[in-house]
Amino acid sequence: MTALSLTGIHKWYGDFHALRNVTLHVQPGERVVICGPSGSGKSTLIRCVNGLEQHQTGEILVGGHAVSDDPITLRTIRSRVGMVFQDFNLFPHLTVLQNCTLAPVRVRGLSEQKARDVACAMLERVRIADQADKFPARLSGGQQQRAAIARALCMDPELMLFDEPTSALDAEMVKEVLDIMKALARGGMTMVCVTHEMAFAREVADRVVFMDEGQIVEIADAETFFTDPRHPRTRAFLDKIPF
Amino acid sequence: MNYVQTSPEPQLAPTPVRSPRGFGTLINGGANLLATLVLVAALEQALPHLMAWAVTHGVWQGSAGTCRHAGACWLFLREKAPFILFGIYPETQMWRPIAVVTVLAALTLWTMPRAHWTRWTLGAWGAGLMLVLVLMAGGIAGLAPVPVSSWGGLPVTLLLTVLSLALGFPLGLALALGRRSPLPLIRYGATGFVEVLRGVPVVTLLFAASFLAPLLFPETVRLENLTRALGVFTLVSAAYLCEVLRGGLQGVAHGQWESAQALGLRYRDVLLVVILPQAIRKVLPPLTSTIIVVIKNTSLVVVVGLFDLVSAGRVVLNDPAWPMPYAETYLMVALVYFVICYGVACYSRHLEKSLAESRR
Repeated sequence: MTALSLTGIHKWYGDFHALRNVTLHVQPGERVVICGPSGSGKSTLIRCVNGLEQHQTGEILVGGHAVSDDPITLRTIRSRVGMVFQDFNLFPHLTVLQNCTLAPVRVRGLSEQKARDVACAMLERVRIADQADKFPARLSGGQQQRAAIARALCMDPELMLFDEPTSALDAEMVKEVLDIMKALARGGMTMVCVTHEMAFAREVADRVVFMDEGQIVEIADAETFFTDPRHPRTRAFLDKIPF
Repeated sequence: MNYVQTSPEPQLAPTPVRSPRGFGTLINGGANLLATLVLVAALEQALPHLMAWAVTHGVWQGSAGTCRHAGACWLFLREKAPFILFGIYPETQMWRPIAVVTVLAALTLWTMPRAHWTRWTLGAWGAGLMLVLVLMAGGIAGLAPVPVSSWGGLPVTLLLTVLSLALGFPLGLALALGRRSPLPLIRYGATGFVEVLRGVPVVTLLFAASFLAPLLFPETVRLENLTRALGVFTLVSAAYLCEVLRGGLQGVAHGQWESAQALGLRYRDVLLVVILPQAIRKVLPPLTSTIIVVIKNTSLVVVVGLFDLVSAGRVVLNDPAWPMPYAETYLMVALVYFVICYGVACYSRHLEKSLAESRR
């Protein structure tokens, strides 16, 4: 069974055709990077996966469950899919540890103690265990994004979605976040990642998806994608990107 | 030109000269000095008269006659304080309203430290309010029944305040969410409700309630005057709280909703655990103002014949044995309100500070 399977997805914002017949299948343990110019529908696509945006036609299966607008189905899927946002979106009124234990207690039904143990292990994994009792505003951008990754990992997700996780970071903090994501990839996590970090894509991705104007233009293994892109639009895009 | 810092840190600049602050500003420069002198002169003129009225010629002991042709009649307040504070509640049962005020004060004080905000806090308030109502009304557990028409003074003011806020807050939150709803019918309904209640004087609503309640409810339901007033205050505070909370909700970034939903949290948890605490923090100052307005609005029940603090004060002034000491009576009533409202304001300021600290 595929970890994630999108078949014939269309989405409109009013008259704007944001996603056009998108089909993509992700195997368990696979790392997929989605790239493309801004406005090409990359973020919209992964936001459809956990129902933050609604698609109009086509089918999205997450671990065999179809994404619908039924709240219970949606919550079940969301509890299995971790998401990391560009702006971190940590809860500012809760400590880093509380950010990490909230959903495991209220959604997975873990005891407070068990949730704390899991959270500490995950914060250790992203190497900010010493910041656990601080409030997010006290952390640097890189630390906040790592905390957000730990928060998602605490739900023991089957699939992790990254929506431009390093785009809001100062240059000197990009590496610490990418290092955590690489470690996660080595650990066998199924990942779908929207990013402009082409060096990261080349190193980590099993497959790279290039999107433009709401369509998938090219899907290729990382080596082929960067050395021998087939579609002229992919070539034009890669020519403009420094890496 | 390339440059690499080689020497140790550059020397710190000398600390700048401080301009006068605090009380120093009272006398620095001609204009400030002049303003200070004028104010001192004005106080010097006024204070002696006030002191003479309040202290030198003030009456503390004696009888009603002593107050004629004298200064402030404090004696009157000593005599009438029980009536102003507790109205025409039967004298033998006077311990009950006193207990009610004590319970409400104790609950409030107990709730103040943030460490006491647990899942039991709401339960404690629920139980406390039940106890308070039973104490006031009686009729069970061997307590003599006391009709609502005999309630008065401070317990009425406090009960109206606490209950209209406790019921108005969830209603206000529902209205605030309704005004943000994508469904037009709900949005227009909530908006219309809020605008009508905000756009009409509370006094007219109190009158309208006495007129409308018998029409709206079946004949078997006979609402007490106090219940009707409570209904009006609940709806009005809900309308004002709605607008304050809506402002707070708008201040919470959309990403907070999204990241909370992406974790699989239920709508209830997203709202109550993630969004609302952030929203309330953002609107603490206007929220405090609204609460204070609700407290003081309760004094409007005078128009429907209920005895809250202010109307009890008006009633005692009618005693022909005394020379109608208006200023003293209203001073006392004002003082009670001020203590309550200023307490609320101080607590809100304390909360603001402690919440700001905990976020750093």
